[in-house]
This record gives sequence, structure tokens and C-alpha cells, in this order.
Amino acid sequence: MSRISLDRVRGSALESASAGVVRWGFVAVTVLLIGFFAITEPNFRTVDNMFGMLKFIAPTAIAGLGVMLAMTVGGIDLSVGASAGFAVSIAAWTMVVGNQVGGVAIGVVLAGGALIGALNALLIVVARIPDLLATLTTMFVIVGLKLLIVDGKSISSQMTLSDGSTAPGRFTTDFLWLDRGSIGPVPVPVLIFVALTALLWFVLERTKWGRALYAVGANAEAARLAGIRVQLYRTAAYIGCGLLASVAGLLLAARIGQGDVSAGNSLLLDAMAVSLVGVSVLGMGRPNAWGTALGAVLIAVMVTGFTMIGLPYYAQDFGKGIVLLVALLFSFTFSRKRTVVVAGSMTN
Amino acid sequence: MTHDLRIRPEGDDRTAVVSLSGVSLSYGSNAVLQGVDLGFAAGRITALLGANGAGKSTLIKALSGANPRYTGSIRVLGTEVALTSPSVARQHGISAVHQKVADGIVPGLTVAENVLLDNLAGAGGVLRNRRRDLDTARSALALLGLDWSDRVLSQDARDLRISDAQLVTLARALRHTPRLLILDEPTSALTSAEADRLFDVLRSLRSDGLAIVYVSHRFGEIEALADSVVVLRDGTVQSHSERPFAWNGILHDMLGRATELAQKREHVHRGTAVVAEVLAVPLFPEAQPLSLTIRGGEVLGVLGLIGAGKSELAEVLGGLARPAGGSLTLHGEPYAPRRPGDAIAAGVVLVPEDRQRQAILPGWSIARTVSVPFLSESSRWGTLRRGLESDRARAVVADLEVVADSIETSTDDLSGGNQQKVVVGRWLSAAPRLAVLDEPFRGVDIAARRGIAAHLSTLAQTGSAAVVFSSDVDEILEVSDRIVVLVAGEIALDGYADTLDRAAIVNAFLGDHQPERTTV
Repeated sequence: MSRISLDRVRGSALESASAGVVRWGFVAVTVLLIGFFAITEPNFRTVDNMFGMLKFIAPTAIAGLGVMLAMTVGGIDLSVGASAGFAVSIAAWTMVVGNQVGGVAIGVVLAGGALIGALNALLIVVARIPDLLATLTTMFVIVGLKLLIVDGKSISSQMTLSDGSTAPGRFTTDFLWLDRGSIGPVPVPVLIFVALTALLWFVLERTKWGRALYAVGANAEAARLAGIRVQLYRTAAYIGCGLLASVAGLLLAARIGQGDVSAGNSLLLDAMAVSLVGVSVLGMGRPNAWGTALGAVLIAVMVTGFTMIGLPYYAQDFGKGIVLLVALLFSFTFSRKRTVVVAGSMTN
Repeated sequence: MTHDLRIRPEGDDRTAVVSLSGVSLSYGSNAVLQGVDLGFAAGRITALLGANGAGKSTLIKALSGANPRYTGSIRVLGTEVALTSPSVARQHGISAVHQKVADGIVPGLTVAENVLLDNLAGAGGVLRNRRRDLDTARSALALLGLDWSDRVLSQDARDLRISDAQLVTLARALRHTPRLLILDEPTSALTSAEADRLFDVLRSLRSDGLAIVYVSHRFGEIEALADSVVVLRDGTVQSHSERPFAWNGILHDMLGRATELAQKREHVHRGTAVVAEVLAVPLFPEAQPLSLTIRGGEVLGVLGLIGAGKSELAEVLGGLARPAGGSLTLHGEPYAPRRPGDAIAAGVVLVPEDRQRQAILPGWSIARTVSVPFLSESSRWGTLRRGLESDRARAVVADLEVVADSIETSTDDLSGGNQQKVVVGRWLSAAPRLAVLDEPFRGVDIAARRGIAAHLSTLAQTGSAAVVFSSDVDEILEVSDRIVVLVAGEIALDGYADTLDRAAIVNAFLGDHQPERTTV
């Protein structure tokens, strides 16, 4: 019997230690990295750089929040990068070709994002196409649609239109404020990023709607039998994801200052990585807003730090890959909690 | 005590095919098995009894190689073996058929391929010979006295009835000519005729010299089948008794307190106020329309075989399915729920048949599981109030005596019976007008069953109605004031418990549906 009780003590100590590592490991790694770069690189430890990093990662983080939202209902959205790219071109087209002010462009882009989300929901919830396949299809459709609308070209002020005339409009200053503006010392993209993170965290953790979203993701049939309108929540999650992706696109468009057709191309993989890292960051074992934001910050710190210490840009992907690998090991291998990320499995 | 409280000594290795000594197993800080000593002899059926959470499943996992982290020793024919995986256990002659039939069947593969599944998993020829597979599968099934046609063997295993799927997993377990066969609640999804057929098979296997471990909550089956009974409680062997079984002593060993096996209802209540009416609703396309009045103040037990229409009726009441015709009323008003949420809003709650698939949220705590149906009641302006949530959860845990460290314990860490108490308790916490429970006692031990039954009775005394659906006569007799027997979607019998005798109920229950020997 003594051996059993000894095992018991050792087991629980080990377990709480590993739970602590799972819960705080990522935060610790982020803090250590920040500390390392702050000591070795004088430029890193400036306030400007701190905000610069957050500003740089904001579109990725916001698109990641979108993927995270789709994950809460047990789904996935592969069309976030394409949606953001669509938003960039549509914003540019509305202002430059349509000669509208920034506010109109923002409205059009958000409506477009919601529509893309609704299309995903239609394919997944009504047509019952598995989420992975449905959103892959949507990705192609909206990339193609974007190219058709802009004739395959990047849209910039004073560009020559196909009829030989010069485009009437330009990127308005109110639109560019989305990237260049700041309130106090805080750049607007960072504010939007933090506000959306806080809002989503509150909705998911503290409201009945968030709880219902998680219930749908954990066991859709059990949620339905508990009286939750499963299809409604899944639809809402995809529309929310489309909206967030289009916000990411707005920030990208304001940053680039033109309707670059290739914008958003690399966003999907980063957004996926950030939301998957987010599942493990706080050891919650489920998609969550703070975790996603922290995952984005970690990647921003890494990319900036690597660049400053002179690593080539192509080392960044390797670094991201390692971070993602470690995160997934924490979520699926070391954590005792069952992790609920089930892409491609919810079809009914 | 007429039964032998002494644990079988290790020296019994001469007769024991498989013996355990000092086997312990912990999950984290939770010691589930503590120093178990047991022996299983050839040609004997040993029944393994214990309340939910007593360690039966864990013992089976250790024996079948599914959980190799045990300490202590397991010997096969006197030689110590390390059961590191199910296939190693099979090589040593230990085969197990697990409780969940669905887990043992691979949908998309044919019936024959499912019988031969271990071949597919093992080393050997890459190419399959369809003809040879069919022959091998047929001879494996012949051990069970089954003669299935090539057409059946070639069909997708997904289309098998659950009882036939059960036989497929059994045939697979027997292919390795095991020395010890472990069956974990093999009858929980079978009708009584199908169970009888299984018992015949088991008796013939016993006479062939197989050692069998049989886990069940159904004392009738054990009485009919077992040669000895081992009772587990809190991870230790409480008693090991031989025929004739002293049931009251066995129950005492199981529960740690005196309990009567047969519990007659002291008062059979007769409800008066009509709570709900089912008016001319056909449960199947070809069945006669069914009409049923559900009254408050009484517990209505609906007894029927699988396929008699129990789940169909439960689903119509709970808003999961729309009636194919006819109508429903609730408190005199038309009642036509379009989805479960409508039914819940109207005060009708449904405890579904399949707890794991339809009620449990993997990884969720008791508190969160309890509050899922009541998110609006637990929130203000959409914001959840932790206090309201935990009050409800604490009340459920206290009322139904759920055994758990706290309301933050994950439901994954609860035994089946305690999970069921959480699920039933959360619905009763809504003080429903009509509570519908579909097979609420499956895999639930007798103490938990009594607890749930007592709460249904209390609910009925407040004027609400409770309807329990089951395919087990004794469960129905134990919990019901009024008993309705369903046969093929129609009411074969309807009366109060004190006016009916068991034989009449069983007669009506089996009705024209006497056991069919042919399958599929």
C-alpha cells in the first residue's frame, strides 16, 4: 500500500507541474523572448517598436480571431485569407473607381464580409458540405470573383481604367486613418485588435451566447437536445468569421494604400497558426480570444526579433512552424484536457 | 452471510486459467483498483458486480491489455505475463467484448471484414481474398450457431442491427480461441429474446471449457448464467461467492449498506389531472395511430422491445421529431414543438437514450453541463451569472447524490451512473410539467437507479407527469405507478401496477414477438 500512496503523491505533483507548464509555458516563452530581444537589441525595447509589432500583427490576429470563432462551433474557415484579400480590392475599388469616401468603402467591405460568411454558412449548414471543403471552395470562388471585379489588376490612385480614362477617386484620408491614425500613443489597428479581442473574450466566456457556441462545438447533438438552436449559432459563427476577416482586410488595405491583388495571400496560414496556438496558450484546451491574441503577439515578437538580430526573412516561417509544433504538442500530447478542435467533422 | 467472504487464495493457480494478484491501477491521484486478487477457472462463468465507479471497467481494461499501467501481476496458466496491449492480451488468450457495440464495429467495412478485423490490423498478406474471407468469417460465425448468407456478410456493417453487431464483435473475440472471454454488459442493447440467444451461446462456450467473465447490472441474468459472483467496491474485491447466491448479502457488499433486491412500490399513485395527450399519432408509417393520456401525479412506465416505438414516442413528446399524423396537447392546449427548445420552453424535458452521444459534452464540468439548457435563466442581459449556475449545479449534485469532488469536476471523470444522475438531475431541476426519460437506467447501478426513481416519484407528487421508457420489465415494475406496454407501435396493455401481475406484463410485452431465431 505504501507504494501506491507514494505513486499517488508523485503523480499529483507531476501532474500539477505539467498542468502549470501547459497553462503558463507559452506566456513564459513569450516573456523570455521579449526579455532576450529587449536586452540584445536596443531598438527592440522602444515603445514605438512595441506598438509597431502589435500594429504589424493586428490583421493576422483579427483574422485569427475569425478562425477561432469558427472553431468554437467545431468548424474551420479556410476562406479568411481570401476574404481579407477580397476586402482589400473591394475597398480600393469602391474608393478609387467608385469615387466614394472611406466610410462607404468600410460599409461595403463589412457587408461583403458578412455575405461571404453567410455563403459559408449556407454551404455548411444548409447544403451540408463538410466545413473544410465548403470553405476551400469559397476561398477559390472569392479569389476568382475579386480578380474578375478588378480585371486581375492592383488598384491604385490615378490608375488608367480600361476605357483609357483616369480613375476618379483615391484612398481617402479617413480610410488611411485606419492604419496611420492613433489615439494617444496607441495606433488605431492596435486599438481595434485589443477591442475585438476583449469583446470576443467577453462574449465567449461570459455570455450565454458564447456558452452556446462552445456547447455546439463540444457536442452538437447534446446542444440541440438542450434546446440550443444549433444551426443558428453555426451560421452566426461563420458570419462573424467573415466579418472579422474583412476587418483584417480593411487594415491591410489602409496599410498598403492601394488595392494590391496579392494582399491576403499569406494571411490564411498565419491566422490558422495563431488560432491553433491560441487553443493551447492558456491551457484552456479550446479556442479562445486571449489565447489567439497571445499567439499573435508571440509570432510578432519572434518575427521582429529575428529580423532585428539579422536572420533572413525566410527563417521566419521556420520559427513559426516550431512555435505551432510546440503549441500542438501542448494541446494534444501533454494536456490531460481533451482538446476540442475538430475541423472537417461537423457536417450535419 | 452464506457466501464466502474470503478471497480466493493465490494457490488456486492450478485451476485458474487467468489469475490476478495485487493488481492496482490509478488514474492520476485516484486509485481505482487496489490490490485485487482473483482467479478465473476454465468452464466457469464468473459474474463481476459492482456499483458505478467500483472499478469493473478498469479491471477489464487491465485484463484485456487496454490499460497496461497496472501494477501487480497477472498470470495466464500460472505464468506471469505483461499485458501491454489488446493484441498481446489476445495472444495470451484473453479476449474482451466491450460495452459499446458501436466502438467494435467499423462502418464502411463489410460484415465479413469486421469479423476478421484483427487480421486486417495484424501482419500478413496485403492482398485480400474475398472468397476466402467470406468462408473464414462464416466459420467464425458458425461457432455462435449463426448461418449468415454471403449477401449479409458482404453488406456494410453499419446496416447491422445492434444485436447482430454485438454477435459480430463476439465472433471476432472468439476467433482467437481464447482461454478467457470478457463480456462487459453484453445485453445492455439487446432485447430479451436476443439476450436469451446470447445466453445459449455462452452456456455452450462454457461447456467447451472457456472461462468467462460476465459484467452486468442485471441480477436476473447473473442468476440465470453465472457459476460464481465477484463483487467489487471502491476498487477492492468485497466478496467472492458460489451458487446458490445470497442476493441480499451480495447487494450489501456492492453498496456497503443493506438493501432489498426486490423493492415493491408501497403506494401506487393514481394521477387525475391530464398533463398531456397523444391523439391518434402513428409511430410508424404502417402502425395504427396511437392515443395515450399522460396524467400528472403518477409515474408512467412504457415498456417495449427495441423497435416497439419507445424512442419514436419519446422523440415526438420531446420535440425531436414531428408526429406523422394526429396531434398532441399539453395542459389542454395544442402542443406542436418544432424543436427541442420549444418543448423545453413548454415545460417538457427529455432525457435521451444515448448519454454519451446526446447529453455529455466532452471536457465540460458538472456545473457547465447542468446549466446548458438553462443559459437564459442563468444570465442577466445575456451575461452569465456564475452564482446562479453553481447554485443550480450544487442543488443537482446534492439532490441526486452525485459522487464528485466538486461541481468543477469534468463529467469525463465521472462514472456512467454519476453522469446519468447529472443529466437527469439537470432536467428535474427545471421542475418540468412533463419529464420524458428514454432508457434512463442503462449502465446505471441499482443505487443510482433507486435515487433517480425516487426523484421521479417526488416530481410526480408535485402534479407533474413523468414517463419512463425501458425495455426491462423489472426496471419498469420498480419505478412505475402505471404501466403501458408498447408492441409494434401500438398499446398492448395499459394499467396500474397494483392491478397487473408480472406474468401478464411479460406476456403482453413479448406478445406476438416471440423470439425470432433468424437474423438480419
